Amino acid sequence: MTTSRFGQPHGASPVQPVSSSSSSSRSTPSDPAPVLALHDVSRVHGEGARRVNALLHANLVLHPGEFVAIMGPSGSGKSTLLNLAGGLDTPSSGQVLVEGRDLASLNAAERAAVRRRSIGYVFQDFNLLPGLTAKENVQFPLELDGCNVRKAAAAAVRALDEVGVSELADRLPEDMSGGQAQRVAIARALVGERRLLLADEPTGALDSNSGTAILEVLRRRADDGAAVLLVTHEPRFAAWADRTVFLRDGRIIDDTGPSDVDMLLDDPESGGA
Amino acid sequence: MAIKEALLALLQRSPASAYQLKKEFDATTSETWPLNIGQVSTTLQRLQRDGLIEQCPDNEITVVETTTVRSTNAEPYRDKVATPPNRAATATRTKAQPTAVWQLTDTGREAVSQWWSTPVTLEQRGRDELVMKLAFAVTTPGVDVTALIQRQRVALQRLLHDVTRARRALPPSDVAGLLVLDHHIFATEAELRWLDTIDDHRLRARL
Repeated sequence: MTTSRFGQPHGASPVQPVSSSSSSSRSTPSDPAPVLALHDVSRVHGEGARRVNALLHANLVLHPGEFVAIMGPSGSGKSTLLNLAGGLDTPSSGQVLVEGRDLASLNAAERAAVRRRSIGYVFQDFNLLPGLTAKENVQFPLELDGCNVRKAAAAAVRALDEVGVSELADRLPEDMSGGQAQRVAIARALVGERRLLLADEPTGALDSNSGTAILEVLRRRADDGAAVLLVTHEPRFAAWADRTVFLRDGRIIDDTGPSDVDMLLDDPESGGA
Repeated sequence: MAIKEALLALLQRSPASAYQLKKEFDATTSETWPLNIGQVSTTLQRLQRDGLIEQCPDNEITVVETTTVRSTNAEPYRDKVATPPNRAATATRTKAQPTAVWQLTDTGREAVSQWWSTPVTLEQRGRDELVMKLAFAVTTPGVDVTALIQRQRVALQRLLHDVTRARRALPPSDVAGLLVLDHHIFATEAELRWLDTIDDHRLRARL
């Protein structure tokens, strides 16, 4: 039998070795500047006998248009990594750079500005403000950032349209399904020109079809140039990313790497880009 | 795999040459298990020997076969990945030759009918190497089962990425392709979940 388009028949033994490196990037000289870079980042809680290594020596680089999934057992450091990437937590050592800016070198107000302008968050429980309509929820972060109300409202409508829920603009969160609320939450995360999207179990509270719809939105956003970092327990949803990084006990232990198609397109001898 | 039955099913649609059968088989299965032309020819010979197929009375037709190859590699790219033709340096080989056209006999039609009406059993699917390997691994001293499971997990997740990407590229009208790829997605996901349960079993066994 000839080779399957998927490399090996289903159920066959794998051949890839377990990586001993905690690095996870696929940078090449021609790559654009990364949107997110974690360099040797560790996060330790407590001291002495109570010391907990939440994340150890993590290296991760995301370029524009790159969609990476993070998987691992509970307590492996997935959310810690995401919080550090978004400036919601501070590393014990190492550097976190968002669009080239070291978050540790910024004061609290500057870090908050980076979070508002460059980073969008999507959480499992949506975190929509209950008294505001979908449109008001989405335009709220822009208004916080000094944008005038009319411009913020127009941007909110565009963001809702982008995720396919423009008809919900005047609806309150309590009148939405879980899938609808999550799409509004993604619109809020996307509004403006944010180029880094961080999603922590965004499908956790959704049924399978609604979850797939959310992944379609994240995938499209990455295809349009955003860098997306997704934490998930679901292999099927992680598979929408370009690659999956595996965490265990606070360490990056593996990375599925680029697909065969990516490698072929990156290979000049194949006629690729 | 049931290549014999699959070829009979394709001939139930219409008479076809070996090359046409190969192309239709690959298209129907989204190139998940691509056949080479030698496998098709050998199987057709056996089917003819068993009286299940015969050559059409007006017999040979001229079939134009086109194979696209990457300039840096003699292997047909269609058997490797679904690369857009404009992304790879390609050359085209074309050959025209008389080719036998095959059709079902009455016995062949009966065999296909039987195939449709009989459920597939676990025995027919054969031994699962991964299940066997893990069963032996957890009972063999000195095997690093944790590393073995993690290698398998990465390989399966990588496969899931590739299949999911291929599925996204399929049009909704390609029902056969969608069901084949969905099967791969569900089966691969199930194996990944199964690997997680092995970790759990081993942890409990140590307690």
